[in-house]
Amino acid sequence: MDVLFGNLGEYLGRFGGTIGLFVISAIVSLILGVVLAAMRVSPVPAMRATGTVYVTLLRNTPLTLVLFFFALGFTKLFFYLPFFLLAVIGLSLYTAAFVCEVVRGGISTVPEGQAEAGRALGLGFTQILGLIVLPQAVRSVMPPLTSVQIALLKNTTVAAGFSVFEAGGFYRAINERGGSTLVALLWVALGFIVLVLPLTVLQRRLEMRWSVSR
Amino acid sequence: MSAPTAVLFDAPGPRARARNTVAGIVTLAVVAAMIGVIVWRMAATGQLDARVWEWLLYENVQLALLDGLVNTLRAFASGAVLAMLLGGLLALGRLSDQRWLKSVSGGVVELFRAVPLVVLMFLFYYGMPSIGITVSTYAAVVLGLTLYNGAVLAEVFRAGVLAVPRGQSEAAYALGMRKSGVMRFILLPQAVRSMLPAIVSQLVVLLKDSALGFLITYPELLFQAQFLGSNATLGSPLIPVALVVAVIYITLCLLLSAFATWLERRSRRSPAALAVAPVGRLDDA
Repeated sequence: MDVLFGNLGEYLGRFGGTIGLFVISAIVSLILGVVLAAMRVSPVPAMRATGTVYVTLLRNTPLTLVLFFFALGFTKLFFYLPFFLLAVIGLSLYTAAFVCEVVRGGISTVPEGQAEAGRALGLGFTQILGLIVLPQAVRSVMPPLTSVQIALLKNTTVAAGFSVFEAGGFYRAINERGGSTLVALLWVALGFIVLVLPLTVLQRRLEMRWSVSR
Repeated sequence: MSAPTAVLFDAPGPRARARNTVAGIVTLAVVAAMIGVIVWRMAATGQLDARVWEWLLYENVQLALLDGLVNTLRAFASGAVLAMLLGGLLALGRLSDQRWLKSVSGGVVELFRAVPLVVLMFLFYYGMPSIGITVSTYAAVVLGLTLYNGAVLAEVFRAGVLAVPRGQSEAAYALGMRKSGVMRFILLPQAVRSMLPAIVSQLVVLLKDSALGFLITYPELLFQAQFLGSNATLGSPLIPVALVVAVIYITLCLLLSAFATWLERRSRRSPAALAVAPVGRLDDA
C-alpha cells in the first residue's frame, strides 16, 4: 500500500500519460485506418496496391521494432521530436494497419444489394462507400474495433521501454526511491485491469446488442 | 469474403477512367515523394554510405545476428508449445460443467488478457527478484508469452468447440458417450480444423511479441540489432541494422501466414472436411 499511496502522484501522472498516449493514437489510427481501408477497396489500382503493401509491412513487423525505429532512428534521420510524439506516431501507424483490416472486413459484411442499389441510383464510389456501406458496416465493425483499441491501450506500455513517461515505467521510478518493484508492477497490472475490463464489457455488450441478424 | 470491391463501383466509363488515372498518378507521386524524402535524408545523414553497411560482410556480425535469430526462434518455439498447452487446459476448464473450474479458468483468461505483456515480462524479470526469486530473461520472456497467448488461445479453442454443430454432440450423447468421449472423439477433431487458421495467426502474434524480450535485455534479434547499431567501430549503423532486422521479421511472419493459408486451403479441399467456418476473434497485439 505504501508503494502506491507514497507515490500516488507519480502513479496517476504515469497513467495519465498512458491514457493520453492511448486517446491520441486511437483517434489518429482510426482516421488513418479508415482511409487505408477506403484505399484498399477503391477503383484505383495504385491506391489498392499502396494500401496492401502498407498493411502487409506494418502487420508483420513487431511493434517493438516500429517504436525502436521511431525512438532511435527518427531523430537521426530527420529532426528532434519529443519521445511522446514519436511514440504516438509509431503506435498510430502500427494500429492503423489493424484498423484497416477490421474496417475492410466490416465492409464485406454489408449485403451486396446495398451497394448495387446505390450504383443503380447513379452514386459514385465515394458516395456508395461514405453514405451507404460504411454507415451500415459500423455495426459489425464495432466489436472487433474495440479489441484492436484494447490491444492499443496495452501496447502503450511498449513505449515505456523507450523512456516515454507512462505507466509501464512506474516500477523504475519506485526502484530509484527504494520501493519494491514487484509491488509497483502489481499495482500497474491492476491499473490496466481497471482500464481494460470496462472496455471488454463494452465490447461484449456491443457484440450482443449489435450483432442483430440481417 | 465475397469480393465486395467489384460491387462498390461500376465499370469505369471514359470520364471515370480519366479520373482514376489521375488519382493513380497522384497516389504514386505521393508514395514516391515519401520514399524519396526518406532516401534523401538517409543519404544526407550518411546512412547509405558503404561504411555503415560494411558490417553485413563481417562474419562475427553475421554470427551475432544469427544468434539473435536463434534466440528469437527459441523463445517463439517454447512459447508456442506452452501457450497451446495452457490454452487447451484453460479452454477445457471453461467448457467444464464444474462451476468452480469454469469460473477459475474464466478469471485466469480475463486476467492475462487484460494485463499488458510487457508488464507481465517486467513482473517476472524485475519484480520477482525483490521476493528472492531470480528469473532468467529467457524464462521471463517464455512465461509472459505463454500466459498471454495461452489466455487468447483458450478463447480460440473454446469458440472452435462451440462452433461445431450442436447435432454432433447430441448424436454422440444419444449413442451413450460420456462428456470426455464426446470431447475427444467428436468435438475436438472437428473443431481443430476450423481453428487452425486462427491458431496460426495467433502464433504470428506470438512471434512478433517475442521482440518484447528486447525490453528486458533478452538477447534476441532486436537486442542484437541495438547492440550492433550502437557499435561505433562499425559506424553506428542503427538504421541499416533496423532495416535488415525488419526484413527478417517480416519474412518470418509472412512464412508463417503463408503456412496458415496453405493449411486452410488444404483442409478445405480435403473431402472429409466438414463445412465448419473458421472461428476465432483475435485481439492481436
